[in-house]
Amino acid sequence: MTNNLRVKSSKFIDETYKISFKFNNKTYYGYKGDTLASALLANGIHLVGRSFKYHRPRGIMTAGSEEPNAIIQLHINTSRTEPNVRATEIEIYEGLEASSQNCWPSVNFDIGGINNFLSPVLPAGFYYKTFMWPASFWEKYEYFIRKSAGLGKSPTEPDPDMYEHRYIHCDVLVIGAGISGIIAAKTSAKNGFKTLLLDEKPYLGGSTIHQNSEHFKINNQISSSWLEKEIHEIKKIDNLEIKTRTSVAAFHGYNFLLARENLTDHLPLHQRDKKIRHRLLKIRAKKVICATGSLERPLIFDNNDRPGILLSSAIEKYSNLFGVACGQKNVLFTNNDSAYETAISLFQKGINVEAIIDNREEVDSKLIKEIEKNNIKIYKGYTVNDTFGYRKINKISIMQLSKDGQKVVGSKISIDCDCLGMSGGWTPAVHLFTQSGGKLKFRDDDQVFIPDKYPSDQISIGSCNGEFTLDEILTGISKRLKDFLNIKKTDYENLEIQSHFNKTKRNIWLLPSDKIIGKTKPFVDYQNDATAKDIKLALREGFRSIEHVKRYTTTGMGTDQGKLGNMHALGIISETAGSRMGELGTTTFRPPYTPLTFGTIVGRNVGEYFDVFRKTPIHDWHVDNKAKFENVGQWKRAWFYPKENESMHEAVQRESKAARDSAGILDASTLGKIDIQGTDASEFLNRVYTNAWSKLAIGKCRYGLMLNEDGMVYDDGVTTRLDENHYIMTTTTGGAATVLGKLEDYLQTEWPELDVYLTSVTDHYATISVCGPNSKKIISKVIPNLDLSDKKFPHMSFKNTKIDKVKCRVMRISFTGEQSYEINVQANYGKSVWDKCMQAGKEFNITPYGTETMHLLRAEKGFIIVGQDTDATMTPIDLQMGWIVSKKKYDFIGKRSLYRSDTIREDRKQLIGLITENPKEVLEEGAQIVLDASKSPVEMLGHVTSSYYSPNLKKSIALGVVKGGKNMMGQKLIIPMENKQINVTVTDPVFLDKENKRLNA
Amino acid sequence: MFLIHCPYCGEREQSEFKAGGEAHIVRPKQPTELSDDQWAEYLFMRKNIKGVQFERWVHTHGCRKWFNMVRDTSNDEIKATYKMGEKPPTK
Repeated sequence: MTNNLRVKSSKFIDETYKISFKFNNKTYYGYKGDTLASALLANGIHLVGRSFKYHRPRGIMTAGSEEPNAIIQLHINTSRTEPNVRATEIEIYEGLEASSQNCWPSVNFDIGGINNFLSPVLPAGFYYKTFMWPASFWEKYEYFIRKSAGLGKSPTEPDPDMYEHRYIHCDVLVIGAGISGIIAAKTSAKNGFKTLLLDEKPYLGGSTIHQNSEHFKINNQISSSWLEKEIHEIKKIDNLEIKTRTSVAAFHGYNFLLARENLTDHLPLHQRDKKIRHRLLKIRAKKVICATGSLERPLIFDNNDRPGILLSSAIEKYSNLFGVACGQKNVLFTNNDSAYETAISLFQKGINVEAIIDNREEVDSKLIKEIEKNNIKIYKGYTVNDTFGYRKINKISIMQLSKDGQKVVGSKISIDCDCLGMSGGWTPAVHLFTQSGGKLKFRDDDQVFIPDKYPSDQISIGSCNGEFTLDEILTGISKRLKDFLNIKKTDYENLEIQSHFNKTKRNIWLLPSDKIIGKTKPFVDYQNDATAKDIKLALREGFRSIEHVKRYTTTGMGTDQGKLGNMHALGIISETAGSRMGELGTTTFRPPYTPLTFGTIVGRNVGEYFDVFRKTPIHDWHVDNKAKFENVGQWKRAWFYPKENESMHEAVQRESKAARDSAGILDASTLGKIDIQGTDASEFLNRVYTNAWSKLAIGKCRYGLMLNEDGMVYDDGVTTRLDENHYIMTTTTGGAATVLGKLEDYLQTEWPELDVYLTSVTDHYATISVCGPNSKKIISKVIPNLDLSDKKFPHMSFKNTKIDKVKCRVMRISFTGEQSYEINVQANYGKSVWDKCMQAGKEFNITPYGTETMHLLRAEKGFIIVGQDTDATMTPIDLQMGWIVSKKKYDFIGKRSLYRSDTIREDRKQLIGLITENPKEVLEEGAQIVLDASKSPVEMLGHVTSSYYSPNLKKSIALGVVKGGKNMMGQKLIIPMENKQINVTVTDPVFLDKENKRLNA
Repeated sequence: MFLIHCPYCGEREQSEFKAGGEAHIVRPKQPTELSDDQWAEYLFMRKNIKGVQFERWVHTHGCRKWFNMVRDTSNDEIKATYKMGEKPPTK
């Protein structure tokens, strides 16, 4: 194509800086400042994609973020590939490679185009109607539908770019840097407010900045020149931060907003390394000023989607901003004065305008007079009734509108053209306003929704508030800013404004055609291929709610969220259904306003920072010794330590046997530890645990069970009395944070009179547990001065002592049933004490064991794990732990609930032991337990909660909960599995050493 | 996301706080004296108002203090926050 489509240089592009880029594998040139869309248009390329459903050829339609058609894939088959990028927004850079989406083998010849001819059998709701029967076939249908659906390809490699988040607090946030936004930002900042001004474009000034017409003047200067001076001034204001290429994605309640700042997408690839690509701004603004502007409406007529059909304002923008002519034979089609502005602008640049087709019959303005003076033919009271040209428009057909605008009359006139601009008036961009919870009202005069009720401290100004012309915008702005910011004066009082714009508009949502509607394709939603015909069909089929019609026809559900066509869809629905526009409401505008990448949303929370984990002070030793890890809450806990080629089962069997035969060692540092002090500490423990604490002697330990107020087991652990008014409580690893929270809640809200102080010390201590028949010998080597005799240091007691010079607490407590010692030492000495124990235990084959072996050993003893054998429906009585519930205490958390009618039922699920008939058969945890599997429906009695093969008992053991299980000792039950039934017998949950002889062995 | 005025720390973001259900429900002093129905009333029954509601909140990732809040659940407007033990505002 020729370069003569570059008509005139523009100050927005740098013609001395040539940039090469590839589109669909062909190399083209553009200039610095071009968007991909403007560079393609300058090369004569309109056809850039295929539509979603019918695969119709589609061209660039707009010059902004509302673009429905020109969505492309960047850098296909690389790690930086990105689908659904709007060609109208991406600035070209050296090395840019873009390709069309939704077409195969190429955009010019697309096999899917056959859908266009099949369209009579692809009506609205086609997929819903066709693929429902038989229902069982859906999986097969889905495979093919998914293959042909979807726009673009997601990347398969990790994202090489960096993203970050930033919090911003400001007094006033101004969204949009058009003429209203610039005035608002300057006024706010000059009055001392910390102000933030954002705009999605790379430049400031909105659409006014490229207007160059004698018809629009402020204080006798052309509006763009006046605005340039304002922009020059605001850049010098200190307390005003300006961010371009920054799009506000979401406006939440309480003036909390999210915006994406685009930092590198316009740079050549080699300049992006080690730079932040996008920054997500989390903005808290005391006041928000929306100056988000408005979007030009298309017109809805037959075949209104051919490449070469653009918004009239887009044609003007391409010529003014980028010096690009979209066509050489331009025709404009309008229902208002906007297209005349475009015509004058094109005319000034020497771009040919063939004709203007105006819906309005009798209309006159200074703009129209100027067009007529230049001998451009105006067809007043006419409509376009059809367009021609497959890959690009080459001809239109026009007809006269009837008086009521519902029909076309007279004969057809053909006009040759290569570009058609359409203007259906303007829609205020109220998306962010409604996201914030704002309510709209409908203005009948020009058929627009405008802000009505503001939910927070915010205003909308300029065309997003329905003030479309220069005089409307500027007349009231000073007063509105004064009221909103509570200031006395602005620089914008008594502006002298010249604005020659006739505001009359002839709004016809669906323009008539000479054909019946079934034979036409008047597109409402370009991206999703929804036509006016589809909307009418949905209404005929009984849909009435706007939200239902939207989903049935998919109108407004593309990546552009129907920014162009939603108003027309509403209009056509209200006309067809005979309701008023205001009554229908609108569909919900949801964030984000323009799509965000996942990278922007997650920011730095990737890789090891995706979900941070906690390590014990001995973690590195576990890693060095090839431990496999298990996640417990945020902790990484050693799970088991496989030797050479050991399987998990083999490792756990070896570890379990060693712990009972000689000695085992466990890193228990993750257990929650809460330091409790105060004169009422004992009374506090009395109230939070089921058992009594007042008489616990100093230096003794006690196991406690904590309930919720509903009587269900919440947590358990051993608490030690360190001194008269000083205890240390241990909690389960996963429960540490919530237990502390619960204790604080009761202390602060129910019992503020108690003198008790709680401190979490979980991270402050390393806890090393040495167990087994040889544990005493090992500890005596590590701490030679400590008297370990059963008399001086019996089970369930503690000693303050020292290892070398390091203070530590040793508790003689056991979760395995073996004699065992728990050393608590300041966290940073944890590793060295662990090493000492390993060294001392070498001669006894001390064996490190992980959580799996710990679970097995405690199951042999019938000790519960809260959260595994309980599930917030188990009382202590259900667990056969009635012995721990004090009968004497007047009250404790959950006491009253233990004798509610429901908790005293005999047939509650109760904890029992299970022994399999075949001692080698290990049950699956979670398996159902039944009495009789032959009767249907089978009654479920309960389920298996813990199950292991015990190397010490040489048989399979399991814990489970069974309805009425307490009274079922010796009962035979059945575990039905997928292809077998396992016979089991109910037993006591304690399988090993019922007499607790091993504790003192 | 709301901004919440913690009576101890001042205005902070909602993500620092946790909600704790309806406020001003006092734990009975003598639970053993209560019938099943009376205990169930304390244990389970909570209001779920569309409109102005009294709620308990805790500044979990801050001072860890519990306090009360008057919030309009229909528009998330926080009318007041006040310390535990203080009387709710009358207006």
